[in-house]
Amino acid sequence: MRAAFERRRHLLDFAVASLLRRPAKNVGLIVVYALVVFLLASVMLFGTAVRREASAVLDAAPEIAAQAMTMGRHEMSTAGDVAALKGLRGVRRVEPRLWGYLWDSAGAANYTLKVPTAAEPGLTVAKGEAIVGEGVARARKVSPGKMLFLVSPAGKFLRTKVKAVLPSTTALVSTDLVLVEEGDFRAFFELPPDVWTDVALTVTNPREVTTIAEKASVKLPGHRFVTRADMIRTTEALFSWREGLALALLGGGLVAFAILAFDKASGLSAEERREIGILKAIGWETSDVILMKLWEGLLISLAAFLLGFAAAYAHVFLWSASLFEPVLKGWSTLYPRFPLTPEIDALELATLAVLTVVPYVAAIQVPIWRTATADPDVVMR
Amino acid sequence: MIFHPANLALVAASLLTASVIVAAAIFALRLVRHWDLASGAERQIRLERTTYLVSTAVAFVLVVEAVTLVLFAFTADRMAALFVGAMCAVGTLNASVYGFPTLWAKIAVFFAASVWLVIDHVDNRGRDYPLIRIKYLGILLLAPLILAEAGLQLAYFLDLKADTITSCCGRLFGEASTGTGGDMASMDPAHALILLFGGLAAIGLVGLAALRYRAAQVLHGPASLAMFLAALAAVVSVIAPYVYEQPHHHCPFCILKPEYHHFGFALYLPLFLGTGAGSAAGVLALLPQRASLATVSPAIERRLVHASLFGFALFGAIAAWAIARSGLTLFS
Amino acid sequence: MIELTGVTKVYDQDKPTRVDAVRGVDLTIDDGRVTVLAGPSGSGKTTLLTVIGCLARPTTGRVAIDGDLVSGLPERFLTEVRRKTFGFVFQRFNLIRGLSALDNVMLPAYPTGIAHAALRDRALALLDHFGLADRSRAVVETLSGGESQRVAIARALINDPAVVIADEPTASLDGARVEQFLTIAAELKAQGKTVLITSHDPRITRAALVDRLVAMADGRIVEATS
Repeated sequence: MRAAFERRRHLLDFAVASLLRRPAKNVGLIVVYALVVFLLASVMLFGTAVRREASAVLDAAPEIAAQAMTMGRHEMSTAGDVAALKGLRGVRRVEPRLWGYLWDSAGAANYTLKVPTAAEPGLTVAKGEAIVGEGVARARKVSPGKMLFLVSPAGKFLRTKVKAVLPSTTALVSTDLVLVEEGDFRAFFELPPDVWTDVALTVTNPREVTTIAEKASVKLPGHRFVTRADMIRTTEALFSWREGLALALLGGGLVAFAILAFDKASGLSAEERREIGILKAIGWETSDVILMKLWEGLLISLAAFLLGFAAAYAHVFLWSASLFEPVLKGWSTLYPRFPLTPEIDALELATLAVLTVVPYVAAIQVPIWRTATADPDVVMR
Repeated sequence: MIFHPANLALVAASLLTASVIVAAAIFALRLVRHWDLASGAERQIRLERTTYLVSTAVAFVLVVEAVTLVLFAFTADRMAALFVGAMCAVGTLNASVYGFPTLWAKIAVFFAASVWLVIDHVDNRGRDYPLIRIKYLGILLLAPLILAEAGLQLAYFLDLKADTITSCCGRLFGEASTGTGGDMASMDPAHALILLFGGLAAIGLVGLAALRYRAAQVLHGPASLAMFLAALAAVVSVIAPYVYEQPHHHCPFCILKPEYHHFGFALYLPLFLGTGAGSAAGVLALLPQRASLATVSPAIERRLVHASLFGFALFGAIAAWAIARSGLTLFS
Repeated sequence: MIELTGVTKVYDQDKPTRVDAVRGVDLTIDDGRVTVLAGPSGSGKTTLLTVIGCLARPTTGRVAIDGDLVSGLPERFLTEVRRKTFGFVFQRFNLIRGLSALDNVMLPAYPTGIAHAALRDRALALLDHFGLADRSRAVVETLSGGESQRVAIARALINDPAVVIADEPTASLDGARVEQFLTIAAELKAQGKTVLITSHDPRITRAALVDRLVAMADGRIVEATS
């Protein structure tokens, strides 16, 4: 047992020494390898971070959202609808909500205008005040205390004083948000006083969400009921799909990399070939050489993996994944500028290792074996 | 098909291992036909050299299988958010008929590959490649298993559709459910504990006898596999509820999660060690005895039996510890 | 004792480039003696040396070491026999560049799994014995020809082999160094080791130290003294 361990250690020592003896030969490979890891890791870290942001936002979403529908199109809910929902058993709170979209030609972007509900006590606004998302603040160059002017499609004018800018932690979904007072909102969009965009339901027992949604849809057949679980599933599926698609596209690059690794491992210099011959002649066996070469491959993998992963980490969490933000976020003109919450996930590391180290080791196996089975008597010829 | 990154990694890895094993199987056919150690001809030398490549490749397959087995379980857990009713890996695996068969196939491949590597190791210690034909016939058995696993896994991922309504551990391993999961969960905790510790005592006796009698060593192989199944049943029936401190939570996957300090790894690793080493010892006892291995093989077999007994003992100790420190009382 | 019976070695058997390097050799090499294989280049003496030293398997024929047949052994065991029985000093020394003298000496023992500290001590003792204690840390490219050869000899001795094989040991040495080599060879003989040398250098073939001279030509033994 001890001898087997010592043998492995000696071979590892030799592998380290031989990598250090030929730094130039492996630098190119490590750079390409690290680049592959960097790309894949960036996609994955970014995808996960975005999904996490989204689900953090959805945590605040109502358990059930009820929307009136007419001919399959979204319609305003009425006071009667709200009263009907209030009569449902198992529903703890019924909150009619007001929100809508506004195309702002000045900023050339879409804003989401919203009236804060009672469930968001930190976000109360008085008449003439507004709380804006980080993207809006950036596009309109406003900060707390400054004035924000909005013009409705009908030409109505809204003049508000910015009370606060929303923190960037939830920027992904709130970046285009403008929170205004209910009276201001109704006047701006010319809404009658007893209609709402939709209705948020909070239930007493979270396990009954599905049942209550079913009961509610019997009571209000003209409404659509969306549960939070539905929304989480949709975003999860959407972002997983985008991330997976990006990875699949990178798959071609992975194959190219494996071919490069194969080629690099096959194309030994005369010097290296001679060295293997010497080792075999002085008493190394084929499996000793294979093990030593595999150590080399693992050391290269480790170096490239750490390098690529560290770079991806910096790219995603320090520079907000500036390279492919547009691809994955697919957002409107207002890109969120926010630091993603750094998190390293063991599952992700394992996935990344399976996607990079496994093909690399697979690709170098045959060349290593070919090198290792060289005749030991070549050194004498 | 769900385009989850880990799924892509799993499919890519299984395609890779499948092609590696197909290549190895083609070589195995050639070797079984042409192997002639007495010959110094170049064909024989080529065959002999290629065996190094096959050994390396199967070792590679084993490592990839071990990593992807864990990755598979955790990915299933992570994907639970995509399915209605799924709360952990069980729900995801249950979302398609291919889910659990894939998991079982992966476990089977893991054990089969480790047994093969043990035979390879033993054979390489004999001066005349005493087991080479058996070993390469073994590759021909291993290959279909790995292909089946790759096929099942691909079918599973293709079959998965978001929004599938599935049932999760609460339902599958609930006492009221029918089927194996339900049977295991509804097993009386006292019976499960008797099965577990009685089984451990029995395997201990078989193992001790295996150190002395060859017939007992042959028996140690199937006994290890039976112990593996009994241990899983005990995990579902009693150990998991003790870990969760909830009498009705029976899931064998949730214990792997960080909420439970990855306790499952401490439980499953010794169990896999015990089962793997035990089945390898059993298989070695079945192989014909060769003169060139007369001193080598018994030493390795003894070590395997020791490792197997150690693994099962450790599993038993950790299970007992989990029960002892739990705040849950199933017996009063 | 090494016994060769009907040994042939053919390269590129089924190709037009086929070479019959050794064509049927029967030879016995006794323990504890200095044997020289002499002959012009291309006479097959180096090929025969690779077969004797278990670097290559004979195409046909048998090789036995101390009565054990080694010609049919799988590579893994042939390597083990080679490592335990033979130490090689190659014509161009074949030291591994970029490594220190000490590392080079330790290399043949790596696969044996010997503890690092013990191996180091043994290698340092050997280097010290050959007057290279102060050069042990030097990278081998910086060594002189004579120093390189002594490192190569130390490397050949690290696994304490019974047989030391030297291929054309004086090809790249000047006169004084040849004397030094002969002294070391005598010392090895005195320790009871078998020494096997290929050479066409008269300074070696006519040395008093040589117990037996085997002359080769065209893959066959043409003349042998005893």
